[in-house]
Amino acid sequence: MDWITPDYPNEHPAQNSLWDKKYLLFLTGVTAVFDGFKALDIDYFGIFHNELRVIIGPNGAGKSTMCDVITGKTRPTTGTVHYNGEDITKKPEAEIVRSGIGRKFQTPTVYDSLTVYQNMELSLPGPKGVWSALTARETKVERDRIMTLLERVRLLDAADTEARYLSHGQRQWLAISSLILSQPRLLLVDEPAAGLTDSETELTGELLLELKKDHTLIVIEHDMDFVRQLDSRVTVLCEGKSMAEGPLEEVKVNPDVIEAYLGR
Amino acid sequence: MTNVETGSGYYLGSLAGSSAKQLNKGFLGSIVALASLLPMLAYAGIISVETVNMIGRYMALAIVALGLDLIWGYTGILSLCQALFFSIGGYAMGIYLAHQGTLHNGIPEALYVVYPYKVGETRGMEVLPWFWAIFKSFNLTLILGILLPGLLAGFIGFLGFKSRVKGVYFSILTQALTVAAMMFFSKNEMKLCGTNGLTHFKTIAGFDLSDPNVKIALYVVTLICLIVAYLLCLAITRSRFGRVLLAVRDSETALRFAGYEPFAFKTAIFAFAGMLAGLAGLLYTPQANIITPSYMEARWSILMVIWVAVGGRGTLCGAVVGALLINLLYSVLTSQWSIGSFDWKPEYWPIVLGLLFIVVVLALPNGVIGVWRKMVGKVTELD
Repeated sequence: MDWITPDYPNEHPAQNSLWDKKYLLFLTGVTAVFDGFKALDIDYFGIFHNELRVIIGPNGAGKSTMCDVITGKTRPTTGTVHYNGEDITKKPEAEIVRSGIGRKFQTPTVYDSLTVYQNMELSLPGPKGVWSALTARETKVERDRIMTLLERVRLLDAADTEARYLSHGQRQWLAISSLILSQPRLLLVDEPAAGLTDSETELTGELLLELKKDHTLIVIEHDMDFVRQLDSRVTVLCEGKSMAEGPLEEVKVNPDVIEAYLGR
Repeated sequence: MTNVETGSGYYLGSLAGSSAKQLNKGFLGSIVALASLLPMLAYAGIISVETVNMIGRYMALAIVALGLDLIWGYTGILSLCQALFFSIGGYAMGIYLAHQGTLHNGIPEALYVVYPYKVGETRGMEVLPWFWAIFKSFNLTLILGILLPGLLAGFIGFLGFKSRVKGVYFSILTQALTVAAMMFFSKNEMKLCGTNGLTHFKTIAGFDLSDPNVKIALYVVTLICLIVAYLLCLAITRSRFGRVLLAVRDSETALRFAGYEPFAFKTAIFAFAGMLAGLAGLLYTPQANIITPSYMEARWSILMVIWVAVGGRGTLCGAVVGALLINLLYSVLTSQWSIGSFDWKPEYWPIVLGLLFIVVVLALPNGVIGVWRKMVGKVTELD
């Protein structure tokens, strides 16, 4: 595959509108400090339009913190996050979501007392205000989309089941399919294969690869087989820093990465 | 199951959904039938008008319970200031009713007897406060009695939820506000008649309050308001808005990352619950013939929580049943009676109430309605 190597200009990105054209999302000089501990320290990080990027790294490398910073859950101590030509560093979470960044959390978050169908219903794209929620009714098209997605993740028979009765794998899929339903431009998927069986993992991989066709994705993952299945550009995070970037085969032989993973 | 193309078989026509709907219809039907029977029984002389009047008061309280259930049962926010919103509605009506009574030098009697004279001020120099003048109009009283609690609730909710005050902190905040308001209302200087409160009402909109027909009419109005409030709450919980409320209870963070602003929904439902409490206050005062600051005591707020918990939080029928049941129990157990050599004393009531609460919390998390639904469910299984 022909990898586009990032050629970051030296000027400050805020003055460089070229960056906004080139990348759907980019972070510059982002640090996140908690009680003096630097959880994240990224000089440059950019995601191209319609790219699937996998982020790997040992525990505590700052992978989830990076997602938190992008989605506004954590405010970075310094630096800026640009998305779709806009500085989103200080925007509130819900606004960031509505501008098209969707996220699946590490532990799949579903609404336990709602049925699978109702869970999906809340993820339908469209107005999310108080008044529209009072009058909203799914159209036939929307209902069909939900059903098709549920069928794809084998949850159709559980459509009327309260989410509290789902297995871990089903919860993962429900979280992923509600994310897909919300039609974001950029998907942040935090450990989609965690706790899944092999066959479940494979289906999850297929789903993500399907999404790659018309979405931009950032996938955080531990499972190396799963990363291999995705066959994408990989960024290695370690101690909050971006250590290496490139295809998996290339990154795997990087001595720094081996050092970080296998320890001293 | 229905096919994927139509998809309509899912969720809407599901077995669980339809039986729950029938259950609600049955519940509503039987309550309405029972309740509309009472005035007839009173006219036939089987029960006293006072009993009808008492049930009417309890129905007004059931409206508060409906609001509390929306905010606590559905949304998971334990509010302890529904009593405050109730009292604001009650005072609005109380001031209106006081205007209809005896006047001294243009001042309603209730205010006249506790009028706080400033230094140098003597009898005959009393001034009717501006906020008393507003409530001379019956229509304005009705509007403000609902609107003021709604606005206050919206304001409290906006500040609290915007700065993400959660859980027990919000409960303490609301309780503190209620106690502060009680102090405020108790001061003679505030010209709200101090700890005496407002009482000795004579007429409402020209009708004599002591007339049995008027009492029954007030009861019917309360019943209609309860039904309308119930149907409104039902519409809310059945809409997507209702699903968002449950989502707030389950995982507010997830909801935020689905693009919703939880605080807007919480503020909206809190304001609505406040308006329901205000309406209840409007209906309660003319039937109870009194409103005092004691309705803002901590025990009232907590009692309201017990109504909902005993009835079954998260179900609208539960809130209504709980409020009616506990209050009926209250009226029986705070009167003196004896069986054989055993004398029941009103002092035992708090013990019964406390035990009831403990039993419900430990053994019946879904309250009385939960037990009933389980029983009904078993019956249909046998069929």
